[in-house]
Amino acid sequence: MFVNFFYLLRGYGVPVSITEWMTLIEALSRGMAYSSLSGFYYLARAVLVKSETFYDKYDLAFQHYFNGIESSEELTERVMKWLENALPPLHVSPEERKQFQDWDLEELRKRLEERMKEQDGEHHGGGKWVGTGGRSPFGHSGYHPAGVRIGGESVNKSAVKVAGERKFKGFRTDETIGVRQFEVALRKLRQLTSKDEGPKEELNIDETIQATADKGGLLELIWDRGRKNDVKVALLMDSGGSMMPYMRICSQLFTAINRATHFRDLRFYYFHNCIYENIFLDPSCNPRNSVKTEHLLQQLDTEYKVIIVGDASMAPSELTMVGGAIDWSISNNESGIYWLQRLAAHFDHSIWLNPIPSNFWNRTTGSYTISLIRDIFPMYELTLEGLDMGIKKLKVKR
Amino acid sequence: MQQAQAVFSGTKDYIASEDLQNSVNIAIALGRPLLIKGEPGTGKTMLARSIAEQMEKRFLIWNIKSTTKARDGLYIYDTVQRLYDSQFGDHDVSDISHYIKLGKLGESFVSEEQVVLLIDEVDKADIEFPNDLLWELDIMSFDIPETNETVEATHRPIVIITSNAEKELPDAFLRRCVFHYIPFPDEEMMERIIYAHYPDLHKKLLEEAMKAFYWVRSINGLQKKPSTSELLDWVQALTVGGISTDAIVQELPFLGVLIKKDRDFNAVLQRLHNQGAQRKNPGILRSW
Repeated sequence: MFVNFFYLLRGYGVPVSITEWMTLIEALSRGMAYSSLSGFYYLARAVLVKSETFYDKYDLAFQHYFNGIESSEELTERVMKWLENALPPLHVSPEERKQFQDWDLEELRKRLEERMKEQDGEHHGGGKWVGTGGRSPFGHSGYHPAGVRIGGESVNKSAVKVAGERKFKGFRTDETIGVRQFEVALRKLRQLTSKDEGPKEELNIDETIQATADKGGLLELIWDRGRKNDVKVALLMDSGGSMMPYMRICSQLFTAINRATHFRDLRFYYFHNCIYENIFLDPSCNPRNSVKTEHLLQQLDTEYKVIIVGDASMAPSELTMVGGAIDWSISNNESGIYWLQRLAAHFDHSIWLNPIPSNFWNRTTGSYTISLIRDIFPMYELTLEGLDMGIKKLKVKR
Repeated sequence: MQQAQAVFSGTKDYIASEDLQNSVNIAIALGRPLLIKGEPGTGKTMLARSIAEQMEKRFLIWNIKSTTKARDGLYIYDTVQRLYDSQFGDHDVSDISHYIKLGKLGESFVSEEQVVLLIDEVDKADIEFPNDLLWELDIMSFDIPETNETVEATHRPIVIITSNAEKELPDAFLRRCVFHYIPFPDEEMMERIIYAHYPDLHKKLLEEAMKAFYWVRSINGLQKKPSTSELLDWVQALTVGGISTDAIVQELPFLGVLIKKDRDFNAVLQRLHNQGAQRKNPGILRSW
């Protein structure tokens, strides 16, 4: 009977399968929605939606499908509830107040019902429709002195309204790539150790049989070392001004990498547009808190997996010329590209993540330097997909 | 499989929101595992305990670690013990069943009465782990090839599975679960939760602690935001420490209870130093 709802959900991008739909039908036939729309809302959500990232889409679909299903009696009830929630008059001038004095609750209720019949969608601002931020008597966050608050923080239990609140909007993956998704992607960056360190806690069957046989059948157990993740990571981040628009996504990646506990070692370095003789230990790129890039190359062995994050967009001179660094305080007797090549040559695995979407790489202002750097490092865009591809690259030898 | 429908509604020290109660009851009635996700410290693990408590059922916990294999939950065949015993001949080693020990899932199957089984932090194990359990959770029985036995559930256990979303769970597994996401409690809910744990708490202290807590949570860039369980500990620390209510927001005493990471600790202190927890903007507070 609700089969259209099934297709609507899928249309909204909630991956509902037949199995789950059948479960819902089974639950419904056992009366588990308690014959109410809000019961159905929770039931269907629990059975059909398997990730909080889809809660918002579910809410939208639910609203779409069930809006207007509630009968007018229910509407009256809802309106009465809203009226109970009416805000006390705020600070209004006496003239203003006079204008609304004759509006009793009955009147308001009637008008709201009329308004609901006429209104066909969301409406914000203005002085007539039900909506937010306006001077209409209906809605919330508005300024009507004798108005009715609808929505907001009320505790009205109508399911369509719960859906309308869209509490789970923040969890949508297509809107923001969360730290968590990055973390999940980073988990794939693991490489198990060879068996020469760590506690011995795995039984080696073959050796045990051999040793036992050698002892004429007297049991002799041989234990082996388990295997652990052996990945060491160095993250080099551009913290220059042109990176400002991407700060959010960069800090998400940073947090994700920082939280990943499965690396054997993790180092952070910063640079401004390009890497020169010194590399900085804090994002403000203060020369007093820096180390020689040469030193970094000595300190980190070639097994470190290097992830460079930057927009790779700069004046060509910054990359190719001696003395071209953007900051006067930085002396560079070698060009930026020299240092990038040194890094790329030193480490077995390195990638460059660029927050600029890849289809712009040929067209942005920095396209020239991007193309030069792409010749040195495999470059991926800083998205979940790009990170996934980058991590695959980090796992294989060049 | 019609059972008397007991209804879960939270216990006196576990406050469950209406939709959480709904999800629990749906899962129980359908006989499906309930998968619980949510920020750390929102009471995922506590939920199973409170279900067991309210429905007066035995409570089993299967803690998942990164090395846990699906079969560990069913049974363990202690071959090493059997080999050792065969050396000395003081046990009857021909009877393999002596060396078969049931795991938590196996135990919940053979129990005389229905139990509540918590499979805690399922995402810690290998990525294939949940798939390996599908069949057993579906038909509620498994075979022990070593003894040619079949262990069948006499009463379908109420299975609660928690996940911290460290790994994506396989779709096939998700399809068979009832899912619920516990959002971080809003202030009203939080107040109820705290009162459930400390009914005699001074109102002023609670208010101040909440104010400070939500302020700390609102600080951008914390590696680990304090959660409900940390707030509960903190409130207790404040009470036991006899801290004056004015000092709470001003000085954030016992901050180490709320904040566990060095870097976060310094960040919070610095923010406190710079602006003070008092001068907060409610708009910013809400948008974390």
